[in-house]
Amino acid sequence: METLKLSALPEKDKQQPISHGRFEAYVDNGGTVLAVAGKDYCVIAGDTRMSDGGYGIQTRKYTKIFQLTKKCVLATSGMQADTIALQKRLKSMLESFEKEHGKPMSTPAIAQFLSNTLYYKRFFPYYTFNLVAGVDEQGEGWIWTYDAVGSHERVKYSSQGSGNQLVIPLLDNQVAKFNQQIVEGNKDVSCEQVVSFVKDSITSAGERDIYTGDFADIVVVDKNGVHWEKFELKLD
Amino acid sequence: MINIDFDNIEQSQPTLYDTLASDVKFLNTPHFELPPNANPGDFLRETFDHPSAPKALEFAHGTTTLAFVYGGGIIVSVDSKSTQGPYVASRSVKKVIEITPTLLGTMAGGAADCSFWERELGRRCRLYELRNKELISVAAASKILANIVYSYKGYGLSMGTMITGWDKTGPQLYYVDNDGTRLHGQRFSCGSGSTYAYGVLDTGFKWDMNDEEAYELGRRAVYHATHRDAYSGGAINVYHVQKDGWKKISSDDCFKLYQKYYNIVPINKPAN
Repeated sequence: METLKLSALPEKDKQQPISHGRFEAYVDNGGTVLAVAGKDYCVIAGDTRMSDGGYGIQTRKYTKIFQLTKKCVLATSGMQADTIALQKRLKSMLESFEKEHGKPMSTPAIAQFLSNTLYYKRFFPYYTFNLVAGVDEQGEGWIWTYDAVGSHERVKYSSQGSGNQLVIPLLDNQVAKFNQQIVEGNKDVSCEQVVSFVKDSITSAGERDIYTGDFADIVVVDKNGVHWEKFELKLD
Repeated sequence: MINIDFDNIEQSQPTLYDTLASDVKFLNTPHFELPPNANPGDFLRETFDHPSAPKALEFAHGTTTLAFVYGGGIIVSVDSKSTQGPYVASRSVKKVIEITPTLLGTMAGGAADCSFWERELGRRCRLYELRNKELISVAAASKILANIVYSYKGYGLSMGTMITGWDKTGPQLYYVDNDGTRLHGQRFSCGSGSTYAYGVLDTGFKWDMNDEEAYELGRRAVYHATHRDAYSGGAINVYHVQKDGWKKISSDDCFKLYQKYYNIVPINKPAN
């Protein structure tokens, strides 16, 4: 009888460390927002492209601008999920404020309040880059610009997001008239001029930043409230 | 035989309403949230220290600040540049934080950390004033701040600040930083340009300066720091702490100061 020969069991490869799925807290969905304040108005622009953190586009119709009150909007770029969480929290808190006080929160108060809200997440920040734009109690237009954990400053123009470094020199030169050899004309520009300038700025950002494009929301905040406009950018 | 009344067993399953309610439970309650890891101070570094992680969050940072005591009170002088990595986030930051009408703080390190906690300090100082019907001493105020930051040790706060004011014991200057250090002293400087500022400050310091000389010393010390340290710049703000509270003295753009200090001899004139 033939003996059954058993071959040696194949030796197991040296045990490799088990690779666990890594917890990824953040993804940068990109996008650019910018705002310019005038004497009694604010113009805010934000593109509507949402990227997947790489070269992919997840949607072309994700609006980055969120209305907080009749006098104030929030423009956010960065991570979409954190943006939604932040908007939800602000909305909820502003609603309870309005119920308690019988009037909506003033724009400067919202600006400080957003700073605190961001700072409460100091140790696990929202991956968001924010601008608050609106008119204050005197009817003057202002922008508040933030870092991710709530450091903020009141300014007349600002931008945030992936195209920030492309647009901000343009705004410095054309709005603040920085570094111009010859400064001409008056500084009080009309709302229409600013809207047209802001459209040019976001179009330019779209030309050179792959995370910016598709469409832009152009929002005007003045004493009559918040006015939205859709503006086309390149889809490529 | 055991009879089980199936209709009266208590429902322990959460209802849909319960799960929805627990999701939004803390939505309108302000509270500090902690990251889902063992050491909060390491969270951001660990998160972004990975090839597939998105662009690291850069917080706005402050830079050259100084304060000194002299015969006429205290001078606080600061620059106004805010940087996120190599990017200049702002050239017009207010790095002197007006805590109360009698107390001043300065901002170096994380801008959000300094402004948030010094605002909180202002709130506590005002409450002290209302409860005790007298102004808080600078020693007590600086200790409140030092205790707060000490309680957050290891959480990754970043701040180096001078707390100044004039109380019953005269002009007082304290240095408080994120690891809980609290020092009483005569001259302090903080931030990446601080070594340059110390050089000018210690060389030019005299106890018996008049006010104008003191303002100029504070301004010059920060000016020379902005000249050598790329993270400092913008405008230089000078404050004077006097017996009846602080006063803002000046705000000058660095480039204007450069022209003022160097227009006598061109800086590139060959020495012969």
